[in-house]
Amino acid sequence: MTWEVVIGLEIHAQLNTNTKIFSGSSIAYGAEPNTQANLLDLGMPGQLPVLNKAVLPKAIRFGLAVGATIGRKSVFDRKNYFYPDLPKGYQTSQFSYPIVDKGGFLEIEVDGEIKKIGITRAHLEEDAGKSVHDAFPGQTGIDLNRAGTPLLEIVSEPDMRSAQEAVAYARKMHELVQYLGICDGNMQEGSFRVDSNVSIHKPGTPFGTRAELKNINSFKFIEQAIEFEIARQIEILESGGKVVQETRLYDSEKNETRSMRAKEEANDYRYFPCPDLLPVVVTDEDIEAIRAEMPELPSAKRARYVFEFGLSDYDASFLTGSRAMAEYFEAVVSHSKDAKMSANWVMGELSKSLNQQGIDINESPVSAEALAGLLARIQDNTISGKIAKQVFDAMWNQEGSADEIIAAKGLKQITDSSAIEALVDEVLAANAAQVEAYRNGQDKMFGYFVGQVMKVSQGQANPGQVNEILKRKLS
Amino acid sequence: MSIGKDDVNKISRLAAISVSEQEVDQVADKLSNILDLFAQMQAVNTDGIEPMSHPLDQVQRLREDVITENNHRDKYQKIAPSAEGGMYLVPQVIE
Repeated sequence: MTWEVVIGLEIHAQLNTNTKIFSGSSIAYGAEPNTQANLLDLGMPGQLPVLNKAVLPKAIRFGLAVGATIGRKSVFDRKNYFYPDLPKGYQTSQFSYPIVDKGGFLEIEVDGEIKKIGITRAHLEEDAGKSVHDAFPGQTGIDLNRAGTPLLEIVSEPDMRSAQEAVAYARKMHELVQYLGICDGNMQEGSFRVDSNVSIHKPGTPFGTRAELKNINSFKFIEQAIEFEIARQIEILESGGKVVQETRLYDSEKNETRSMRAKEEANDYRYFPCPDLLPVVVTDEDIEAIRAEMPELPSAKRARYVFEFGLSDYDASFLTGSRAMAEYFEAVVSHSKDAKMSANWVMGELSKSLNQQGIDINESPVSAEALAGLLARIQDNTISGKIAKQVFDAMWNQEGSADEIIAAKGLKQITDSSAIEALVDEVLAANAAQVEAYRNGQDKMFGYFVGQVMKVSQGQANPGQVNEILKRKLS
Repeated sequence: MSIGKDDVNKISRLAAISVSEQEVDQVADKLSNILDLFAQMQAVNTDGIEPMSHPLDQVQRLREDVITENNHRDKYQKIAPSAEGGMYLVPQVIE
C-alpha cells in the first residue's frame, strides 16, 4: 500500500490596520528598528492592552466569506513561551473561543477537480518582534516594531493530500484576503505567511507524526519544501525509523528542510484567559452591517464577467486574478463599454509591459482612464489597432495621453478616401508587374498590395478602406 | 490531587523560574494545596451556567485605529542593559 500525504496549513495574514492590535503604535513596514515600539509593545509592567476596533470587522468579513460561524463572544488568551522577541513572555491570542469558529471552507481546483478544504478556525493574535542573528557577534538584536501587529491566523483542516493541493489552497487564500481588503498579501514583507503541517500514513491507519515547515515566503518554495519533506518522511519510515514532531526550516538554495527545534516541551503553552482583556461581544446587527458591505468575491466576479461581459472562462479568471487587476479592468470597461476589447488590451499589451518591468498593476504608468482614452481613438477610427500599440508604448514611456501622442506624432488614421485612393494609385503604378500577375490569377498578390499601401501611408491608412478601394481598382 | 517533584521541575522550567532542590518539596505542597482548593470548588454544581473568562461581567471596550504613540526609542534604550544600532541586544539565541 502506498503512503498517503496529509497536509494542514496555518496561515498568518497580517491585518491592514494603521495601528497595532493592542496599542496605538504604527505598524507601517520598514521603519527604523524600535521606533514603533512603545511601552506596551516592549512588555513593560503596568501597561494595559486595549483592542483595536478595526480588527473585528476584518476578521468577521473573512469568517463570512468562508461561511464560518462567527464567535459571538470571543476571548483572548495568553499563550506562554519564552523568546526574546516576545518580551511579555506570552503571546496574546485566542484559544477556546476564536472570533471565526467552525464551519468555514474554501474550494480549490487541482487538475480540473474541485475539492473542499475545511477551515477549522481563524483567530486574532499579535505578532512577535524580529530577531536579528547575524549582525552582532555573540548577541542577537531585537526589533520590536512588528511586536503587536494584528494577525488573523487561519487554520485549515488536514484536508490536503499533496503539495499541489496545499499550494492551490494557499494561493486561493492569498487571493481571498486581498479581495476582502483585510490584508495586503505582501509575502516578501511577511504580511502573508504560510506554515505547513506535513505527515504521511497508510490509508486507514491513524495520521502519522507531523513536521511543521515554517516561514516560507513564496508559493513555489512552499511546494518544493513540502515535496522534499514528503520524500524525507517516506525514507525515514521505510527504513524503519520514526518521524520526530518538530519545526523544520526550508533552505531554498539547497532545496532541503532541516530541523529548527524539537517541539516536545515547547508545545506546552499553558493557555489561560488573559485577565487584561474582557470578552469581545459581536451582535447580529454588527454581523449584518459587515455582511452588507462585503466586496464581491472572486468566484462571483468571475461568473459575472462571463455572464455580463461575455468573456471566456480563461479571460474571466485572468482578469479576476487579483482585486487590483479586476478594478483596473472594470475601470477601463466603464469608459470603453467594450469588454472584449478592454480585456484584450489589459491581458495583452498592458500585462506584457507590466511583466517586462516586473511591476504590479497598481504601479502601471498607464492608468485605466488613460488606456480607455486610447481605446476610444480605436473605436472612433482615429487610429488602427496596430498604430494603437505604438501609441501605447509611447504612453508607457510617459510621453503623454493618447490624444497628445497621436497629435504629436501625426498618427491620425487617413480616412479621407481620395487621399487613400491616391496612395493606392501610387502603389499600383509602382508595381505594374505584380498587378499583371494578379490579373493573371495570382490572388495572393492582393495582400501584397494592401501591405504596400499601409507602408506608404506609414500605417495610417484605414485598412478597411484600403481593401475596399484596392478591390474596386483591381476588378 | 498531588503534585510531585517532577511536576515542579517541569513547571519551573516552563515558567523559567529556578526552584532549588531544597525548595522543591515545599513548592510541591503549596501547588497541591491550590489544586485541592480547586477540587473543592469543582464539587459545586454549575450545570447550565455559562463559564466566565473574566471575573468582571463586562465586555471589551474598543480603541479607534488611530496612531497615538510617538517614538521614544532613545529614552527606552537608555534603561536597556544593552542596545546598539537601534536594536535591543540579548545573549545570542541559537536557532
